[in-house]
Amino acid sequence: MQQALLIDPEKCTGCLQCEMACSYENYQVFNIAKSRIKVFNFEEAGRKVPYTCTQCAEAWCMHACPVEAIVLDGATGAKIVLDDVCVGCKVCTIACPFGTINYVQDSGKVQKCDLCGGDPACAAACPTEAITYVDANWTGLDKMRAWAGRTDTASQANA
Amino acid sequence: MKHLILGNGPAGVVAAETLRHSDTQCEILMAGSEDEPPYSRMAIPYLLEENIDESGTYLRKSPDHFDSLGISQLRGRAVSLDINEHQVLFQDGHSETYDRLLIATGSHPVRPPIPGIDLPNVHTCWTLDDARAIASLTKPGTRVLQLGAGFIGCIILEALANRGVKLTVVEMGDRMVPRMMTPKAGGMIKRWVENKGIQVRTSAGVERIDETEKGGPLRVSLNTGETLECDVVIVSAGVVPNIGFLEGTPLHVAKGILVNDAMQTSVPEIYAAGDVAEAPDLFTGAHLVSAIQPNAADQARVAAINMAGGQTHLKGVLAINVLDTLGLISTSFGQWEGVNEREGGSGAELIDEEAFRYLSLQFKDDVMIGATSIGWTEHVGVLRGLIQGQVRLGERKQQLMHDPTRFMAAYLGAAQAIA
Repeated sequence: MQQALLIDPEKCTGCLQCEMACSYENYQVFNIAKSRIKVFNFEEAGRKVPYTCTQCAEAWCMHACPVEAIVLDGATGAKIVLDDVCVGCKVCTIACPFGTINYVQDSGKVQKCDLCGGDPACAAACPTEAITYVDANWTGLDKMRAWAGRTDTASQANA
Repeated sequence: MKHLILGNGPAGVVAAETLRHSDTQCEILMAGSEDEPPYSRMAIPYLLEENIDESGTYLRKSPDHFDSLGISQLRGRAVSLDINEHQVLFQDGHSETYDRLLIATGSHPVRPPIPGIDLPNVHTCWTLDDARAIASLTKPGTRVLQLGAGFIGCIILEALANRGVKLTVVEMGDRMVPRMMTPKAGGMIKRWVENKGIQVRTSAGVERIDETEKGGPLRVSLNTGETLECDVVIVSAGVVPNIGFLEGTPLHVAKGILVNDAMQTSVPEIYAAGDVAEAPDLFTGAHLVSAIQPNAADQARVAAINMAGGQTHLKGVLAINVLDTLGLISTSFGQWEGVNEREGGSGAELIDEEAFRYLSLQFKDDVMIGATSIGWTEHVGVLRGLIQGQVRLGERKQQLMHDPTRFMAAYLGAAQAIA
């Protein structure tokens, strides 16, 4: 059974433990600027919103890649970037309508959430269960995916 | 059912794979005109920079990828099409029949009619063969004059600069990338690359190219009266669709092949996708060639599903571009020029000349229709999300007019309804 990140902004306190954990997991440093999950702070509404890739079925980034550097991890369902193959052309960063694959100038490659190979560090680090890793069928991602369908230029390709 | 695909670039390859996915039994024959495995022109600059070798440009890395999918390949350039006989004639004299035909022949670079344009040290930069020639001609210190500073020109520009050449760029428009960037943004890119040691001449055209001696350096005369000496001229004056072989057929052709939103041409069993196709624009419905990889892939998937008997439609082409000029990253989306006020148009422009940061958002009523950015890499994809989703921004539009940098907040609030 595949799992997915379930994000509940109601429970987020904005502590940024997820960003720290993501940065440490991937770069062995505590530097939230390197994190692949971002917590957005809506001050007026007093609301914090963690946000990252939903590993959408449309996989805009994967289909846009000119050199097959983004592939499906069959075990987790994550779309993962192969650093050795990525040339840094950034086409995926404008193809993904969710803005969740981004160019990193230091490395000259793009980065995105890869679900840490099935044990996401952000979910493990979250003290309030605002981020949990659950059965994919339970997540609230349907709403996002329904929205994705609106922008999908070829939504029935996956039907 | 036999599917014939002309072209083995991204559109041809994605279509072939989608056809196989949709129909395990059909015959698929994909024809490419170059003596190479299917590869990506997008990756050529990185080859010139020696970040990757030639195999790094290949669209599919596994050598038996196409065989294992039962996709047959053919080396050959189509020279004519007989729609009554359902037959394509290739340059080597042999013909192939089809039940369904996909034209994904892409485009080729323009060589403007300038005296001297065919001299040996004048090259286009489009194919792997071109890249090999340019790599052998350009060493640190080589004087290179590049004709054209459009989107492709600017991608090559970075690769050339990183090879250590002395580079001069000559552009007819009044700024860099005039068909992708606003005047302010194009000016900012020009200033950036000049700071990096590149000579830029805008509002200037090349009148003639002469050899100073046989096979020796070139003298390039501009219409501004200036003459420049260089070792190599690289022509990047735009590309045009490969439609020559359609002459004499009833296919409707403008700049490219006109298709409907099913990627079907005016002849029902013939489809077109990628750089060669003109599909309806998302906003205006006017036909548009959008020569960039994601659009080629989207169009190819739609074409292939329909060719296999399914029914799907492209929800309109959105022009999108991303560019890296020597470390300065820029994007443009949709109707980045905006529409005028009488049609409900409005826009916000943020300019930070010192920091080389720029953002322009264009609206029609409360829907974002276009954007241009420089110096933004975080979450730029949501600009596409907002534009392509035609998301009604409501009161968030006023917030963006006041502070365009808050596009991510507007996206999370209006499109995802989670803010």
